[in-house]
Amino acid sequence: MRRLLVMSLTALALAACEREDREYRANPVTSETNEKIALSPLSAGPSGPTEQRSGLGKEYEENAYHISQGQRLYVWFNCNGCHANGGGDSGPALMDDRWIYGGQIGNIVQTIREGRPNGMPSFRGKIPDDQIWQIAAYIRSMGRNVPKAAAPGRKDDLSPGPAEQRRPPGEVIDGGQTPPSAQMPQ
Amino acid sequence: MRRLSPALLLLCLPLGGCQDWQSVLNAQGPAASSLARMFWIFVAVLATVWALTMIALLLSLRRRRPFDADPLATNPATERRMTITISVAVGLTLLTVISLTGLSYAAQKALFAHKDGSLTLLVTGQQWWWKITYEDSQPNRVFTTANEIHIPVGEPVLVKLESSDVIHSFWIPSLTGKMDAITGRQNQLQIQADRPGIYRGQCAEYCGLQHAHMALLVVAENKEDFERWREQQISSAISPGDEERQRGMEIFLSKPCIMCHQIRGTDAGGKIAPDLTHVGSRRTIGAGTLETTRGNIAAWIVDPHGVKPGVNMPTIQLEPSEVQPLASYLEGLK
Repeated sequence: MRRLLVMSLTALALAACEREDREYRANPVTSETNEKIALSPLSAGPSGPTEQRSGLGKEYEENAYHISQGQRLYVWFNCNGCHANGGGDSGPALMDDRWIYGGQIGNIVQTIREGRPNGMPSFRGKIPDDQIWQIAAYIRSMGRNVPKAAAPGRKDDLSPGPAEQRRPPGEVIDGGQTPPSAQMPQ
Repeated sequence: MRRLSPALLLLCLPLGGCQDWQSVLNAQGPAASSLARMFWIFVAVLATVWALTMIALLLSLRRRRPFDADPLATNPATERRMTITISVAVGLTLLTVISLTGLSYAAQKALFAHKDGSLTLLVTGQQWWWKITYEDSQPNRVFTTANEIHIPVGEPVLVKLESSDVIHSFWIPSLTGKMDAITGRQNQLQIQADRPGIYRGQCAEYCGLQHAHMALLVVAENKEDFERWREQQISSAISPGDEERQRGMEIFLSKPCIMCHQIRGTDAGGKIAPDLTHVGSRRTIGAGTLETTRGNIAAWIVDPHGVKPGVNMPTIQLEPSEVQPLASYLEGLK
């Protein structure tokens, strides 16, 4: 009787074993998610600026598969050419807590899609939308703004710092400044 | 016995597959032949040993001892006979083991002996395809292709193996044994085909989701055909002949395709995914997943994850009217 109880409890516990879903297949119909992100509270007229966020970010930044795909694409599409391994080079650092154009995943997606002044090119139409979201999720993981369980556990290349998973949880502070190398000469 | 014979027959059935284009027993090169010879020698010797053991066992089972005999009684004549029998058995065992070891050693020496050849390939395993670079002392004669190796018959070809992500293993059963492709180091292997033909190879080290769809073909042909193929592969992509293909090229160059793929002679210069300069001349797409036809190319572009789930090719936003010209352009890249 007792053994039966233990066995059935074990069987019950197994029911909780759920593997994280891996979404390989992007929706081929929608061209891109609708993000309208205001970078400043100022706008013409009495009401504030309109904002629209698709809310898709959670799906990407809590999913280890999407983040690790983003890690791979980050190198494939030469993001490290300017941002190095997140520490910044001619482009701003991505692993710190300062975000010139906002650190929410929607903001990062917009930055990749639209480009930003002083060097960041627009990748709209060059990178499929789901891959932009994957890269943005990986960038969020650099400052550990994603759940620990989803962040990458190892790096493919030599890195002086610990892997994303072992970094302390980060926070997002809007602001920061363009690095001197990316500023227009006065 | 009646139930056993259908099972035995069924077990023999897969042996019929051993004459295929991907089979160790269908040896077509010196390395594979020496491996196949080793295999048959081992099978013959070990089968004989097994049969002799079983016969001896059956005989001893059938022989009855007198029921009332004293189990501790010894007889010098029997003792001597037993000593001789056991010494002979031990001697034969040692002889078998030593000679098989010697034979393996000799076969390995032949397997790893490097012969000088004129052709060197750099094969890079990637999730989940093979990047193949034909090296040459003249830089303008170096070219890259994917998943299809052409070699001249009867010439040793040096294959340098590398990997860009995880460990893969390069295995052309009809030509030679396996060799791993490991990140951060280079392994070398020689392949040689004695007869013209197409030999299939396969990644032999589990490397992720689409490990099973990571095949490659080795096309062995005579020297003139090989040189003709090489000249054609070195050349840039042919310009699109008709209006539809022209439009296909424009679509290719304006879509995300160029982020990863290269078509030499156009602006597309991505180095991450297979080089498509002569994709229409290759027999398969998707590392042996589909035959190269216009329909399959279209299916692959529209829904890569339906064909090969998890592949690194993304789904791309295309208008329905853009699919046909694009597939037609790629098919025409002979």
